[in-house]
Amino acid sequence: MPTPLVVSDVAKSFTMHLRDGIKLPVVAGVSFSIKAGECTVLGGPSGAGKSSILKMLYGNYAVDEGQIIVKHEGGLVDLAQASPRTVLAIRRQTIGYVSQFLRTVPRVSALDVVAEPLVERGEERETARDKARSLLARLNLPEKLWMLPPATFSGGEQQRVNIARGFITEHPILLLDEPTASLDATNRDVVIGLIAAKKAAGVALLGIFHDHDVREAVADRIIDVTVFAPGKLAA
Amino acid sequence: MTDEPLLRVAALSKFYGSRVGCDNVSFDLWPGEVLAVVGESGSGKTTLLNCLSTRLLPSSGTASYRMRDGQFRELYRMSEAERRFLMRTDWGFVHQNPADGLRMTVSAGANVGERLMAVGDRHYGKIRATAVDWLSRVEIEQDRIDDEPRAFSGGMRQRLQIARNLVTGPRLVFMDEPTGGLDVSVQARLLDLLRGLVTDLGLAAIVVTHDLAVARLLSQRMMVMKDGRVVESGLTDRVLDDPRAPYTQLLVSSILQV
Repeated sequence: MPTPLVVSDVAKSFTMHLRDGIKLPVVAGVSFSIKAGECTVLGGPSGAGKSSILKMLYGNYAVDEGQIIVKHEGGLVDLAQASPRTVLAIRRQTIGYVSQFLRTVPRVSALDVVAEPLVERGEERETARDKARSLLARLNLPEKLWMLPPATFSGGEQQRVNIARGFITEHPILLLDEPTASLDATNRDVVIGLIAAKKAAGVALLGIFHDHDVREAVADRIIDVTVFAPGKLAA
Repeated sequence: MTDEPLLRVAALSKFYGSRVGCDNVSFDLWPGEVLAVVGESGSGKTTLLNCLSTRLLPSSGTASYRMRDGQFRELYRMSEAERRFLMRTDWGFVHQNPADGLRMTVSAGANVGERLMAVGDRHYGKIRATAVDWLSRVEIEQDRIDDEPRAFSGGMRQRLQIARNLVTGPRLVFMDEPTGGLDVSVQARLLDLLRGLVTDLGLAAIVVTHDLAVARLLSQRMMVMKDGRVVESGLTDRVLDDPRAPYTQLLVSSILQV
């Protein structure tokens, strides 16, 4: 199995300059790889650094130490050192991300929020919208909401828009930050189906799932994040 | 996407006597990229914008621009006439106060048409048709085309200024607090409009703003300035979600939650 993403010895801490520069270590010595066609799950209690790891892999958090090697457009790139421009290209072509919460843009319809990543990859707007429609329908989002901006949607509705936006493209790597947290059982099953389809298509998935049933259904491998607790490294 | 930047800025500094305007600023800007420059009043962001747009000459440093023929030209070595030509054709400048970027006593249509005439368009019917098209793109009703911007609201004036700037198909647009002084609802509409236009036209833009929400919405990259220096730069969401420099942390933590 190809490994499109390899993380080695990554460390992350926050320095709070407004609080006399106290340093909050988050994780250290993070090393793992993910495989194409598999769903790897980050496990561990809240605060263990699961989301921080995902955010580093998406370039949303800076990395203090270590390497994140991504297979991108035929070459290998260290995302931890990459320029903003390279990170943007990686996000467009290689790494997709379903965040926990949708960041809405005023006046942009749910349909266009979902279609946008495809348009950015050069797809025709109407083709992208068609694909967005079928995904939103599959996720049971009422059709009357499609043309409305998602700012006023319920948590579950926003999350489905977010999932559709993340799943619409064919990124070879997909990061999922609790995509099913506020979904009902029916829609959880839809997401499980979507994840299975991504695996079958050879996508490497890395996710955080607090929902036990979903985790059981999708995980091929669980990485316990507590082994990356900063104190452990010294021991 | 091309492999060469559109604008290369190296060690740009501007001093006002012994006072620092901006100090040792360097960056590259690629086609289609929106760079936000944020910082409080007096941080040097407007000085930087004015130097880049050659409205002000820097004390030292260089900025080279890739012309349409693919050749890089050093901006501060061009003749005044060449710079003006660039400003009229390949660049746009959106001022915070629309009155600074519009001619307030000629019609909306003429404000847009004037830029077209500056690039050599002479056919009245065509110019008017293009003006009508652009007014509709910035959501100004067609029946307002013969009105003077004096009779427009602040939000409309700002949209008209944007139409005037974009009608010539510029490759680089400078914006100085484009949403400053507008109501939030008007701001949202303008931001959405700008966001759409920038994406559709593949524009590169440098947006000076003190509003981090504007930076988040419009830009992919961000530079944070304080006392004339760049204290932090990077991907916009990285800088805002994981600010590293003490001053950026202060800025981010000062945002009021709604």
